[in-house]
Amino acid sequence: MKRTIPIIIAAVAGLVMVVAFFVPPLIDWRETAEEWFNILAAVAMILGGASILAMHLRRISDQKRGWGFSLVTLIAFAITLSVGLFKVGVPPMAEYPDRPWTGEYITHGAPLWWIFQYLIVPITATMFSLLAFFVASAAFRAFRAKNAEAVLLLGTAFIVLLGRSYAGTLLTGWVPESYAALTLPGMTDTIMGVFNTAGQRAIMIGIALGIASTSLKILLGIDRSYLGNRH
Amino acid sequence: MVKRWKSVTAAGGRGRLTGGRGEPAMGSWGTPGLVAWVQGFPVVGQLVLLVVLGVMAQPLWGAPASPRGLRARDVRNDAGRALTLDWQLSPDDDVRLDPPRVAGYRLYRAEVTPEERPRFERIRDEQDLPPQVDEVVDEGLTPHQPYLYRLVAVDAEGRESAAAELDQPVRPEVWYFDRNKRWFLAITLLISAGILFFIRQARRGVELKIRKIAGLEAVDEAVGRATEMGRSMLFVPGIQDMNNIQTVAGITVLARIGRLTAEYDARIEVPTSRSLVMTTARETLESSYLAAGRPDAYHEDMSYYITDEQFGYVAYLTGYMVREKPAACFFLGAFFAESLILAETGNSIGAIQIAGTAEPAQLPFFVAACDYTLIGEEFFAASAYLSGEPEQLGTLKGQDVGKLLGGLLIAVGCLLFTYAHGADSPAAQRAVNYLRFQVLGTEDIPEEILEPGE
Repeated sequence: MKRTIPIIIAAVAGLVMVVAFFVPPLIDWRETAEEWFNILAAVAMILGGASILAMHLRRISDQKRGWGFSLVTLIAFAITLSVGLFKVGVPPMAEYPDRPWTGEYITHGAPLWWIFQYLIVPITATMFSLLAFFVASAAFRAFRAKNAEAVLLLGTAFIVLLGRSYAGTLLTGWVPESYAALTLPGMTDTIMGVFNTAGQRAIMIGIALGIASTSLKILLGIDRSYLGNRH
Repeated sequence: MVKRWKSVTAAGGRGRLTGGRGEPAMGSWGTPGLVAWVQGFPVVGQLVLLVVLGVMAQPLWGAPASPRGLRARDVRNDAGRALTLDWQLSPDDDVRLDPPRVAGYRLYRAEVTPEERPRFERIRDEQDLPPQVDEVVDEGLTPHQPYLYRLVAVDAEGRESAAAELDQPVRPEVWYFDRNKRWFLAITLLISAGILFFIRQARRGVELKIRKIAGLEAVDEAVGRATEMGRSMLFVPGIQDMNNIQTVAGITVLARIGRLTAEYDARIEVPTSRSLVMTTARETLESSYLAAGRPDAYHEDMSYYITDEQFGYVAYLTGYMVREKPAACFFLGAFFAESLILAETGNSIGAIQIAGTAEPAQLPFFVAACDYTLIGEEFFAASAYLSGEPEQLGTLKGQDVGKLLGGLLIAVGCLLFTYAHGADSPAAQRAVNYLRFQVLGTEDIPEEILEPGE
């Protein structure tokens, strides 16, 4: 029963999604199924919060290496949660001045807004900006000309990098208009529009077929490994 | 460009100008003194005078000229919730006029019921319908309910023109099947039938040849390596929730890896960015350990929640990799900007890395930084491949039907397009459009490329 009910739910929800795609009046059903998922995900957030607490409390109590970071995490978690949940510092709505909790929780200037604006956004931006260094290191490794394919890749990347920058126009700007396809931007357009697009589409067709196959396996209950192995 | 107006159950009536009930007056110009003065002229002179005075006085009245030709039509292939309205712009809605005479349009709607007279309510104003806009889709309607519409132009002072309105009510109709998706349905059914056929063949014991996928062959090697080195393994199921098929595909692979981990007595950690994925991963790992005969070795902390925040999750994962130095990293799921950060960090610590995603933009990053990458369909094939169950392998073989069909359509499309381009044949061009928009797409053929009369 523990396995049958989830399989039935998955099959019914999946079938509703598929049928609603073709039958417009069933769109409401699809939206209802999506709302149910959102409700489930929201309830699961409680489990997520409990998981965070349990994990970090255990680290602190066991005095594991780096337990100080767990302490910082828990303090930040508690502050953000309480500030957001209790709408600390949020003024009430103009229509209900005597009801303190009626304001938007992320009101401009409120503590939660401040945490978001001045802590989360910069920290996130910092993580994202690291990507530039990783791109450089990955490109250095990928473009090493160790065999014929790597040389081809290097040459193509070189053309596209130059063609996508102003250097491409500058270097091949002297080429007559009738030979525009031989300029760096022209070659870049050909590489991206023909070879790259063809490759991308081949991958997309494979992905679409893979999704169809996986969906069918789940709808028919053939693949139950997401519920654990059957044996 | 010729627009096609498909008939709807209640025909969209041609618009007409009205100056009747409930509408703003065009300005009072019939004072008794003026009438007496006009009556002093001969009849022809009176008419000429009226026209001249009318033209001269129009700017003084203020209200712009009315829009014309208001039409309504049902939105095709919907659940009967929308109507499309269009009209001819007010003659005063001219971009060359400075200052502009029209600030926009106001649209009024009334439900038609047998019990009471239609009561018009404003549903769009000049902010929604600025100058030069001549079409709007009214959504959120009740199926089969008749509606009347009234449209006025409005100037900057808020003075409304005379109204253009429909002759007859129009009602949104329910389409019980989206006809633009008929080819999509046919192709889906064909591919599904192919998959089901090969599942049946597999069940009958027919041997199916499946090519080797290096990335999946390496799973055993990765788990074995982690066991030998006495280090943990990191499994990342992407940053999407369980409603994403890639996450489901990743979790199905986790089932196999979890079982191997239990058999080899290795350690695995599955940090997640979604709570629901965490609970699913726990269930999956528990079942895997049970299937391996090691339920005692399983504990809940193998899978835990970090944060929904994309880069917060990345910060934890990269920190974990640098601190714990896992021997193997699996990145199987939906990945976006974080793919390269994760894969490069894993590469820097010397972990054996296997990645798989259906995000084409992220594949090059994984290819550059990982030892093995499951590209597109290989990722979705992983579960069936690793399970080795005949009926699951049958689904892989069934996908070949789709590939065959895709190849055929590509060949036909290329030949047809080449012929249409070279021979300048309208019939071939129509066939290309049909293939492009109806067979391969799910939209109506755009009106811009329809020939007159089509």
